[in-house]
Amino acid sequence: MTIAVNPSQTGEPVFYVADEHPHPEGYSTSLGFWIYLMSDCLIFAMLFAAFGVLGANYAAGPAPKDLFDLDLVAVNTSMLLLSSITYGFAMLTMQQNKIAQTQMWLLITGLFGAAFIGIELTEFAHMIHEGATPQRSAFLSAFFTLVGTHGLHVSCGLIWLVTLMVQVWRFGLIEANRRRLMCLSMFWHFLDVVWIGVFTFVYLLGVLR
Amino acid sequence: MSTDTHAAGAHDHHHGEGHAHSTFSGYMLGFVLSVALTAIPFWLVMSGALPSKQITALVIMAFAVVQIVVHMIYFLHMSPKSENGWSMMALIFTIVMVVIALSGSLWVMNHLNSNMMPIHEMTGMK
Amino acid sequence: MSPDLLKLIFGRLGIDSLPLHEPILVGTFVMVALGGTALLAGLTYFRLWGYLWREWFTTVDHKRIGIMYMILGIVMLLRGFADALMMRAQQALAFNGSEGFLPAHHYDQVFTAHGVIMIFFVAMPLVTGLMNYVVPLQIGARDVSFPFLNNFSFWMTVGGAVLVMLSLFIGEFARTGWLAYPPLSNIGYSPDVGVDYYIWALQVAGVGTTLSGINLICTIVKLRCPGMTMMRMPVFTWTSLCTNILIVASFPVLTVVLALLSLDRYVGTNFFTNDFGGSPMMYVNLIWIWGHPEVYILVLPAFGIFSEVTSTFSGKRLFGYTSMVYATVVITILSYLVWLHHFFTMGSGASVNSFFGITTMIISIPTGAKMFNWLFTMYRGRIRYELPMLWTIAFMLTFVLGGMTGVLLAVPPADFVLHNSLFLIAHFHNVIIGGVVFGAFAGINYWFPKAFGFRLDPFWGKLSFWFWVTGFYMAFMPLYVLGLMGVTRRLRVFDDPSLQIWFVIAAIGAGLVALGIGCMLMQFAVSFLKREQLKDVTGDPWDARTLEWATSSPPPDYNFAFTPVVHDNDAWWDMKKRGYQRPLIGFKSIHMPSSTGTGIILAGFATAMGFGLIWYIWWLSAASFIAMLAVGIGHTFNYHRDFDIPADDVIRTEDARTKLLAGAK
Repeated sequence: MTIAVNPSQTGEPVFYVADEHPHPEGYSTSLGFWIYLMSDCLIFAMLFAAFGVLGANYAAGPAPKDLFDLDLVAVNTSMLLLSSITYGFAMLTMQQNKIAQTQMWLLITGLFGAAFIGIELTEFAHMIHEGATPQRSAFLSAFFTLVGTHGLHVSCGLIWLVTLMVQVWRFGLIEANRRRLMCLSMFWHFLDVVWIGVFTFVYLLGVLR
Repeated sequence: MSTDTHAAGAHDHHHGEGHAHSTFSGYMLGFVLSVALTAIPFWLVMSGALPSKQITALVIMAFAVVQIVVHMIYFLHMSPKSENGWSMMALIFTIVMVVIALSGSLWVMNHLNSNMMPIHEMTGMK
Repeated sequence: MSPDLLKLIFGRLGIDSLPLHEPILVGTFVMVALGGTALLAGLTYFRLWGYLWREWFTTVDHKRIGIMYMILGIVMLLRGFADALMMRAQQALAFNGSEGFLPAHHYDQVFTAHGVIMIFFVAMPLVTGLMNYVVPLQIGARDVSFPFLNNFSFWMTVGGAVLVMLSLFIGEFARTGWLAYPPLSNIGYSPDVGVDYYIWALQVAGVGTTLSGINLICTIVKLRCPGMTMMRMPVFTWTSLCTNILIVASFPVLTVVLALLSLDRYVGTNFFTNDFGGSPMMYVNLIWIWGHPEVYILVLPAFGIFSEVTSTFSGKRLFGYTSMVYATVVITILSYLVWLHHFFTMGSGASVNSFFGITTMIISIPTGAKMFNWLFTMYRGRIRYELPMLWTIAFMLTFVLGGMTGVLLAVPPADFVLHNSLFLIAHFHNVIIGGVVFGAFAGINYWFPKAFGFRLDPFWGKLSFWFWVTGFYMAFMPLYVLGLMGVTRRLRVFDDPSLQIWFVIAAIGAGLVALGIGCMLMQFAVSFLKREQLKDVTGDPWDARTLEWATSSPPPDYNFAFTPVVHDNDAWWDMKKRGYQRPLIGFKSIHMPSSTGTGIILAGFATAMGFGLIWYIWWLSAASFIAMLAVGIGHTFNYHRDFDIPADDVIRTEDARTKLLAGAK
């Protein structure tokens, strides 16, 4: 028993922690969320695989060159990039404990995200209007699914963002909320990384083809 | 606790923000780089500045890879040290899986198409 | 009511969706209804609902969730095995012009349901349950990293199982085989609800499995007790880590491929169609990128169990711990490089087939290394032939046989002959029953005393063991023969009367396995009745080696009064050898997560959403989705998810154990 209370004096091996401090709340969260993102990454990888294999099967329908408006994609991409840096500012102001500024940057991030979704939906509506529906060819099925899944993720991110803004407004920048903002930051930047793949492999290489 | 338990390394007592301290300059540098790395591929494709499509394709893919790395470092704050290296390990493992699954699928399906599809159908698809 | 309104309310669900014309199903339904009513009435009569809700359904305790996983697995085993018996009987009877007793429409559902249930709702829950129960104890943790998520994962798995079971009585299950290849599974050829049941059952359960994988990885990485470096982790924890890595790396693939199939079915996209540029073979390719790692997801934990059992019952340290760990890691990586061997015959050509044939054969090297590790562990050990050890020895013999037929099948030209034959069926039952099922049974017999404080009855256990093992060989060796003679899988009637004898032998084998399952249920019942005789108060009935045996049986809610400190691979053995004294004073309050009903509510809505999607009851799906969102977001507004077990409670619990231990001496 004495070995538990005061092990160093006896020199006996220690078999348990007598003076234990529990793991801080959220001890595993950032690693867990990162692993979740990795699994999400594989979801996108498979959608890319489907696009890679089926993306040239136009079935005598429209091809990327006929459909994609690179100007619009460039505008859309800039929305996402801007939202990334504004989220970064939100994180910086959060570190300085400035609630009002954090909220403002989160709001701006959300607006950029919403603009991204809006532009994407306009693009989709335009394509569908021209008859380039997801049912038209395997290429279009793969295109709509890949880009749509990314859009769906951004939309989820927006819902999450609004929820967090409410929580920060109600409970302040407490430890739990900081952790959540950090997770959303990872999620948001991860979607950026996926978008790099989308605009490169789907849009730019598609138009090149 | 004896030194033995501290040296075990199973627990890191570093917690809180999880990721290392991000700075304004870090974010701005990442942003400027990513804008450049986005704008150049768009410009290359839209203007057709490079002589051949293959070269353009390779260049924009290279830009994408660099940009992904930039985002990883400046926005996602990846470093070999975060979470005792486990984040990096997970990332590398995922990249390996993605490469296997993507290239494998393309390889398998490409061979399948060339073996199993009559020529006239192949040309009809394009 | 107008037909439009009915359609709006009930989708395509109607009176004719109930299989009233199938006497077997009606009979089953009556039995299930009677049994279910009796169970519910009993629970109500004994006022157990509150207890179940508070102590079990809403618990976040990894031990209770583990036990619930095991119960789910065993219940579903009964269903899946009933399907197996029906198939064996059908094939034994359907000769000489007889059609057997199962119509094609029903038989096709039976073999599909058998495969789906056995893999997703028997093997997975058994394996996940054991990992959930044992891993935190083995690493000296109080719970998993995300206890609420653990509860949610479990109920999502249950939700998937519920959907599969519902398909028995409402509508039908898929008639496509367990992987639902298109174009057969596309809307044109399977317009009914069967494939939709399949899709949504697996999607709902798949979410649970993925989250549970993330949870256990984090637990193992972050919550190991002081001193437990990676290379001091018990082998079961190592294999669990690798399994969960595989889960997280492969289940997203399943999610995607099923999502694409459902888009084809619901929206009319052209991923896996024959027209408009779709490619059914892409489905086969994608689903096996998930499917092959899945095999290792199941078998790696079994390898871990055998490692623990072998070293415990041989009274020796595991031979070649390091090589065991590396073999596990190598298998983890390689399992990702072999998926094409499931469809050599698809026609990718010689170079592709040779690559995947070679990678497949390479996997047998680390697996063989493991086999030798176990053999050398037993070599010159004082082996105790307790039940877990018996299952382990049966595994070694059986699995080697299955492994060798696997290497045969890995040779592409041989596979062209044996593809989709009963030889393949015999092979994978040989490895899955011989590996995973025997492993789960070894694990159940090994850890049961830890979970409940008394051992399982050895007499009924041995009876069950012998019935299972002989039954297995009688059921599957004939299938090797039949496969070599060219009989393909999933056939319902046969023309060649000379084949019948083999099917009859196989059916008798299945009957023996049925006796084995019966004896196992008897074993549980008898052990419960004789629990005083079989009682273990020491917490360490097998003189075992790893940390889970350091605490009481069953362990207290907090697992360990003090977090252990580890100095050796076989931590508990080391503690015993070096005169560890159980601490009797100095207890402090312990911080623990609180129970919550959010998990079961969320999973309930997810299941309802799946049901709505299956039957095109759109309002139900939409409402459940919104409810899920609301409950999920609402849950995040609860910031107080933990509580402290007061020091007094800890002292009371530990003092009670002290008295018990003193009484035992």
